This record gives sequence, C-alpha cells and structure tokens, in this order.
Amino acid sequence: MIGVLSYLVFFLSIVLVLGIACLGLNLQWGFTGLFNAGVVGFFAVGGYALAIITAPPNPAFIANLGLPWPVGLLGAMAASALVALVIGLATLRLRGDYLAIATFGAAVTIQLVTLNWQSLTGGSLGFASIPRPYSGLFDGQLGYALFFLALLAAMTALVYWALERIVRSPFGRVLKAIREDETAAIALGKDARMFRLQAFVLGSTIVGLAGALYVSFIGFVSPFDFLPILTFQIWTMLIVGGSGNNRGALLGALIVWGLWSGSGVFIAKTVPVAYQTQGAAAQSILIGLLLVVMLVVKPRGLIGEEPAVSRHLA
Amino acid sequence: MIGQAVADGILTGAIVALGAIGITLSLQILRFANFGHGDVLTLGAYAALAFTAVATAGAPTGPLSFGWQLLAAVLVAALAAGIVAVAVDVLVYRRLRSRGAHNLTMIFASFGVALVLRNLLLLAWGPDVHYYTRTLQIGVEILPGVRVLPDQIFVLALAFALVSIFYAALRFTRTGMAMRAMAESPELAGVCGVETGKMIRFAWFVSGALAAVAGVFLGLTVQLRPEMGFNLLLAMLTAAILGGTGSLVGAAVGGLLVGLAENLSVLVIPSGYKTAMPFVILMLVLFFRPQGLFGAMERRSR
Repeated sequence: MIGVLSYLVFFLSIVLVLGIACLGLNLQWGFTGLFNAGVVGFFAVGGYALAIITAPPNPAFIANLGLPWPVGLLGAMAASALVALVIGLATLRLRGDYLAIATFGAAVTIQLVTLNWQSLTGGSLGFASIPRPYSGLFDGQLGYALFFLALLAAMTALVYWALERIVRSPFGRVLKAIREDETAAIALGKDARMFRLQAFVLGSTIVGLAGALYVSFIGFVSPFDFLPILTFQIWTMLIVGGSGNNRGALLGALIVWGLWSGSGVFIAKTVPVAYQTQGAAAQSILIGLLLVVMLVVKPRGLIGEEPAVSRHLA
Repeated sequence: MIGQAVADGILTGAIVALGAIGITLSLQILRFANFGHGDVLTLGAYAALAFTAVATAGAPTGPLSFGWQLLAAVLVAALAAGIVAVAVDVLVYRRLRSRGAHNLTMIFASFGVALVLRNLLLLAWGPDVHYYTRTLQIGVEILPGVRVLPDQIFVLALAFALVSIFYAALRFTRTGMAMRAMAESPELAGVCGVETGKMIRFAWFVSGALAAVAGVFLGLTVQLRPEMGFNLLLAMLTAAILGGTGSLVGAAVGGLLVGLAENLSVLVIPSGYKTAMPFVILMLVLFFRPQGLFGAMERRSR
C-alpha cells in the first residue's frame, strides 16, 4: 500500500513538473505560435543552474555556490531567460521555422556543454548532493514526498494562475492576434517582434523553472535526464491536451506521462531484459504516432482553445 | 595538422552537402524545415546494410574496401529512401497541406516522423554499431602529413559528381527549371502550368535519395548507428541556411563550409565541442546575414 502510494506521489510530482514545462510551451506555441524545438535545452539550463547555485561548495567544481533554494530557483529562471533572449533576438525577426532550427541547435549545444564542461557540470556523470529544499523539517521519506508534491502543486497553481491572467489580459490578446494574423496586428500598431520576444522569453523562463523543480525533486543532475525525447514528450502533451488552453496543457501532461510510464512498466514486465532497448524504441514509436495521428485527426486536442468572443457580443 | 583537418573537413562537408540539398528543397518548395531528414539519411544507410547483408559488400576492389555490390547497395538505398520520403509525404504531409496547415505544424509532424523512423530502425537493427565491411585500409599520404583512405577519396569523388549532376539538371533540364520555379513561388509556378503535385513528389524523392547516399557514405567512412542521421541534422540545417534561402545552389557550399568549420575547430577548442560548431555558425548567420551566402532576403514583416 505504501509502495503504491509513494509511486503515485512520485508519478504526480513528475506530472506537475512536466505540466509546468508544458504551460511554458503553451504560452509560446499555443498562444503566440512560436515553435520551440529545444524545450529540453531550456529545461536543462534551469536544472543545471539550480544545481550549480544550490549545491554545497566542492573543490572539484568551479561553481557550486551553496546558496539558498529560492535563490537557486530565481537563478534558474534568469539563466533560461537569458538563453531565450539571445536566441529570440537572433531569430524572431525571421521566418518562423528559423526559431525552430535555432532552438533545436541550442538544445544540442546545451547537451554538449553539459557533457563536456566537466568542472561546471560534472560531465557525463553529473553530480548529486543537491540539497532538497526544507527536507530538515521532515523525518519520513513519504512525509517529505507529500510535502514536495504539495509544493509542486502550489507552484503549478501559481504558474497556471499567472498565465491565465496574462493570456486574458490585453497583452495576451495581442499575442493571439499575432498568431492569427500578424499583418493585421502590425496594422493596429503592435510591435509584433517585441511581443513575440517577450512571450518566448517568458515561456522559456517557465520551462527553466520546471527544470529547476525537476532537479530539486530528484536531487541530482546528469545529462541523461535531459535527452531530446523530452522535448517531444512535452510537445505531445500539449497537442494531446489541446494547445491554446492551459487546462489542456496540464491534462495532456497527465495523460501522456501516464501512457509513457504505463507502457514503460508494461514493457519492463513483459519484454525480456535482453530486448529492453527495443522495448524503449517501441515506446518512442508509440509517442511519435500519437503525435502525428493527433495532428492529422484531431489537431485541436482533447480540450482545445476556448473560442474568443467579445464580451460585448456574449 | 591543418592539412589533415581540411581533408577531414572536406569529406564531412561533402556528406553534409548531400544531406543539406534535401533540407533546402523542403525549405524552399514545401516551405518547412524538415526535421525528419536526418532519419531518412539513416534509413538509407540501413537499407544499404540490408542489401549488403544479402549480397555482401563484395570483395575489395583495388585499394577500396568493397566491391561493386556496395555500389548496387547505394542505388538500392537511394531508391528505398526516395520511395519512403514520397510515401511519408502522401501519408502525412500531403494531408496536412490539403487542410492548409501552418508550416510550423508541418515541422511538428516531421518531428514525429523522425522519431518513428529512428525507432523503427532501432527496433530492426538494435542499438549497436554496424559496418558495411571490416576490411582494413591503409591511408594514402596525398600531401605531406595528410592521410586519407581510398574509400574516402571514392566518397568524395562520387559526392562531387552527384552534386554536379544535380545542379546541372537543375540548371539545364525542364524539370530543373520547374523545380526552381517552385522554389521561387509554388503558387506562381502552378499558375504557369507546372504540375506542382508531381514536382513535390519529385522533390521528396530526390531529397530522400540524396540523403540515402549521404547515409551510405557516412556509414562507409565512419559507422552505422541509429542516431547517425539525427546527429547530423543540425549540421545539415545550418548548411542549408548558410547557403541561403532562395538559393538551391548554396546548400552544397554551405555543407562544405560547415564540415570544414567542424574539423578546423578542433585545432582551437576541445574536440568534444566540435559538433557545436554548426550552432555557432547558425547564430552568426542569423544575426549578421540571415539571407545566407547566396540568398535573397526573406524577412518577416515587422
């Protein structure tokens, strides 16, 4: 019973972390129409930034500052925002697919840096002993896990609430206007490039926050937690749930992560150990097909965007 | 040192160039960045592997490590990858196009296609490294201190020939002209009587076939792995953008430059960062010359 409960807590914690990342992506893609093909890169920047800021000093590493957790979170968000700003400045004045290519390249490069910059990131081994926030207050494993889940839930609620405010504000309406018809938005005097840049940076900041929460949740950091497939999983969550709808983003995180871990458990139980790699491949094919079929058959997702009607007409 | 890096760079560059042509075709004619292209390259390499598993790579011919069978395998691979590329278009991209889907939705779908293709290959051949042939070769010293393998010279010559034929066809044949017209403006080309549907299928076929050849070359000079194409994707995308949008010729030059930059970079930075060079070039191009070397400006309205 305890086993099932702690698995459930673990599962929900991951769902919330990925849900936050999915909310960040939703601001970029769902509301503004920006294609971020390197979600995992921003997630990794946030995760590593938190690890480097909060881990206790260690002579083997050049950074490891040992600062408090909230500082780590803020630093993680600032680091992802900075990366997004540089990429955004280079690409947001160009054709939409250039952003996709540049973010993809950024993710590849960030992965290389995490693998190679030994003295900052610990290389391919990464590093552990990242302090878990407020863990001194709890004795038992499960108690702390429940506390962390509550913390994640509060964070998710905060991000959700803030994003709902943003997308319903005049700012959010401009984003949607740009997504739907950029020329019209520009004709109304909106600086499309500036709005796109803000939405992109803000969305990436939220993804970075999710990465930081992920690393504080698992307590260590390594390049193998930030593989390219993660970008794909978060995208699929958004498309399945319904892009342009924040509740859809969270629902998609729950469903897709449920399918992913469910199929993982199924494969681990049924496929012989010698064929586990192939089993993992089957899992990836499943998620790829889910995305393509969803795009072709039901592009709105399960709960798509609410129709926007002027309150003067409603 | 520099000489060797240049020689390696030209070889990598030739392979990237073959792949980048397909990226440019989809960027220009289909108007989206095809993230599935890398895995079509891998598919080609493995199709050739399947062929050599039956026919063997052949007894070493002269200084080369393989016989005519591998050449036949290149053809088979090109055909197979070309057909798969067209089939994917029919199954996925055409449906999205006919619904008037945004070009970013197409990128998205190409991500999905890439993931499925890559993992199907992983399912079929497993994660291990494969080789066409295990014949050992001795490098030939072509210049003082610069050694290349006979296989590499073969690859380079064939890549150069293919790129030349492709550009000659583009320049001098009616199909080539139609293709260039499509690259300029698909709508206008359609109005002028170009059969756009046929040209799109043709573009997919050519892009798949050239990628497959690049894949076989990569497998021959390095090794075969399920991620080989995906790992080359960034270099190919960068080559296409460096070459320039609006220019089908630029991709080959872009590929060569990206290959050279990657291999020359190891003289100054740790070799682990070699594959980050395309990203550095990409950011420089996007900041300072987004139209690429040979391209016409295509700005987003602001």
